[in-house]
Amino acid sequence: MSAPLTRPRRKNPVLATRMPTLPPGGRSRAALGLTAAAAEGRFALQTCAECGTVQYPPREACHRCLSVRLPWRTQDGAGQLLAHTQLHHSNDLFFRERLPWRLGMVRLDAGATVVAHLHGDVPGAPARVRVGAMLDRAGQAVLVAMPDKETPNMSDDRQLREMTCDPRFRKALVTDGKTALGQAVARALVQAGADIVWVGQAEPWKKLPGFDELLALPQVTAVALDVTDSRSVTELAGEIGGKVDIVVNTAEYHRATGIGARVGVETARSEMDVNYFGLLRLAQAFGPALRARAADGQSSACAWVNLLSIFALANFPAHGTFSASKAAALSLSQCLRAEMRPQGVRVVNVFPGPIDDEWNQLLPPPKLAPATLAGAVVKALRDGVEDVYPGDVAQEWLERWRDNPKALEREIAG
Amino acid sequence: MTMTSTTPAPTPAPTPAATPAGTVAPSPGAATLASLVAGLLDGRIRVVDLTQTLAPEFPQIVLPPEMGQCLPFRIEEISRYDDRGPGWYWNNFSCGEHTGTHFDAPVHWISGRDLPDNAVDTVPVQRLIGPACVIDCSREAAADADFLLTKAFVLDWESKHGRIPPRAWVLMRTDWSRRTDPVEYQNFDETGQHTPGPDAEVARFLVEERDVLGFGSEAIGTDAGQGFHQRPPYPCHYYMHGAGRYGLQCLTNLDLLPPTGAVVIAPPLKIRQGSGSPLRVLALVPGA
Repeated sequence: MSAPLTRPRRKNPVLATRMPTLPPGGRSRAALGLTAAAAEGRFALQTCAECGTVQYPPREACHRCLSVRLPWRTQDGAGQLLAHTQLHHSNDLFFRERLPWRLGMVRLDAGATVVAHLHGDVPGAPARVRVGAMLDRAGQAVLVAMPDKETPNMSDDRQLREMTCDPRFRKALVTDGKTALGQAVARALVQAGADIVWVGQAEPWKKLPGFDELLALPQVTAVALDVTDSRSVTELAGEIGGKVDIVVNTAEYHRATGIGARVGVETARSEMDVNYFGLLRLAQAFGPALRARAADGQSSACAWVNLLSIFALANFPAHGTFSASKAAALSLSQCLRAEMRPQGVRVVNVFPGPIDDEWNQLLPPPKLAPATLAGAVVKALRDGVEDVYPGDVAQEWLERWRDNPKALEREIAG
Repeated sequence: MTMTSTTPAPTPAPTPAATPAGTVAPSPGAATLASLVAGLLDGRIRVVDLTQTLAPEFPQIVLPPEMGQCLPFRIEEISRYDDRGPGWYWNNFSCGEHTGTHFDAPVHWISGRDLPDNAVDTVPVQRLIGPACVIDCSREAAADADFLLTKAFVLDWESKHGRIPPRAWVLMRTDWSRRTDPVEYQNFDETGQHTPGPDAEVARFLVEERDVLGFGSEAIGTDAGQGFHQRPPYPCHYYMHGAGRYGLQCLTNLDLLPPTGAVVIAPPLKIRQGSGSPLRVLALVPGA
């Protein structure tokens, strides 16, 4: 079993904070197929459409029949550990700081043989293992061989934690803690073992149900934060930026209108101001602090979560201006991801379908309960994924969008 | 033009005439202005700032979220002696017409929409300076956040301080501006906002029987927090603007004004067809 995680000791302020290093991040375009699947928590390998060979590492052509028709197929990862070793020396800066490091060779039941990082609970070869693809600190897919069966404190494994962003003993900021979603996310983080959850509060004179009860939790502290006010954002970053390990941006402005249903631009402007510029303000203020602490011990700064919308992929005309603001936020979050990746801070984009709230009142079910969505956020952090499409609506839209974005555009327009 | 003498010309003339000393004789108006300037200089006239500072955290009016919203004050730096502009500091700001201490023009309300000269750019400038009657309701507002100013209260005030002259601002002093915590200032509960203001009868009375210039308050609106539930809804807006009168809200320092005798200077920004505007409100008051 893995040693259970314990609350880290207070940082010794005399010692320099370790600067972030990354594992090797270069990948061929073919290999990025592995990353694309791992970003969603899937392990996929090229499977030859001609001869059925499952191949690894990814290549431009099938190594058996030279076909270039190599669709990516999700794998269950079951396999046999053939050999294992433990690194005690590395000239790579990232691994050098994390020695010793376990590696093994696994023969997948699907056919390919892979080199994988070995979870500490995997016994010596030969052994049954389950291989998964995870994003490492460089944001690239790597393979991890896990024990065949669950072991105690499995997620606390030292090597595994280099791939994940577990909220346990970490400090998180939920940028809008007043909404039902913000409250649910804060509660889920507390349940996941977060030490401190700061919840942003804009316009404190507006009371929303449940907020006072949330503040009764000992881990939860309200902070003044209005993402439309640059000074408010920079002030809070000055106060707590150096302590925040995880930012969950739940701040959202949502009104259900398209172009013709509402005269003027003021509502759309407010949506952009919160959903797009709010993210920009937060990223400018909190991004540098998180990056600086990306290797700060066990509870390092590790993740930035954006609550986007599945409507960011394709405009839902009934909520047209909201969709546009979320598309803008998606684009900006890709920029944020690019700027956070050199230090290994993960940017997680969550694309929910309609949430069961007042602004989606007239949309038919299924709608995501805020608590369900909050659970998906915590799971994403624990699993170390960076793209999450929680719920049936999001999954269906994603599938249709990937299959044919033009068709989805027409279908949604009705 | 420099005044060398404040002595009126011995014989009034229709046009300024040269005095024996070669200077122009001041008109009565010039003499008054000279006296005003002298009073400002020597402290016989003090200037009191009735304006709240424009800042992002100052609250704005709250409407149901599905409605259009008045934007709060926001400010973004353009440069501050840095790479964005090496030698200078400046900002862009944005806000609604009804953000912070602000002026309401008649066109703001549906009852005043067809009146002449009803927007901030067309309001006659002569009306932007006027006398003020300050009605102290601070004790009543402290006891009851929903306190409504009534006609009887005003008549009682007049019995002590004299009749409200025509074309005067009536300023309702509640000391509400001392609530520096925005939550206390807004004072919301599940039934909405609780702030003091005038009742419907007194709003109408001030317009029709006292011919006031407008009504000013310390709270977020000229109407009470629960003004939507009066008949008509928001009576102060309805009657004042319906008769071409103005509003001032989010005022402060009304406790520094005498009940009568102060002069309020309240020119809004000249926004084309603007319904209101943030502004600097100053009061001239007699010095000690």
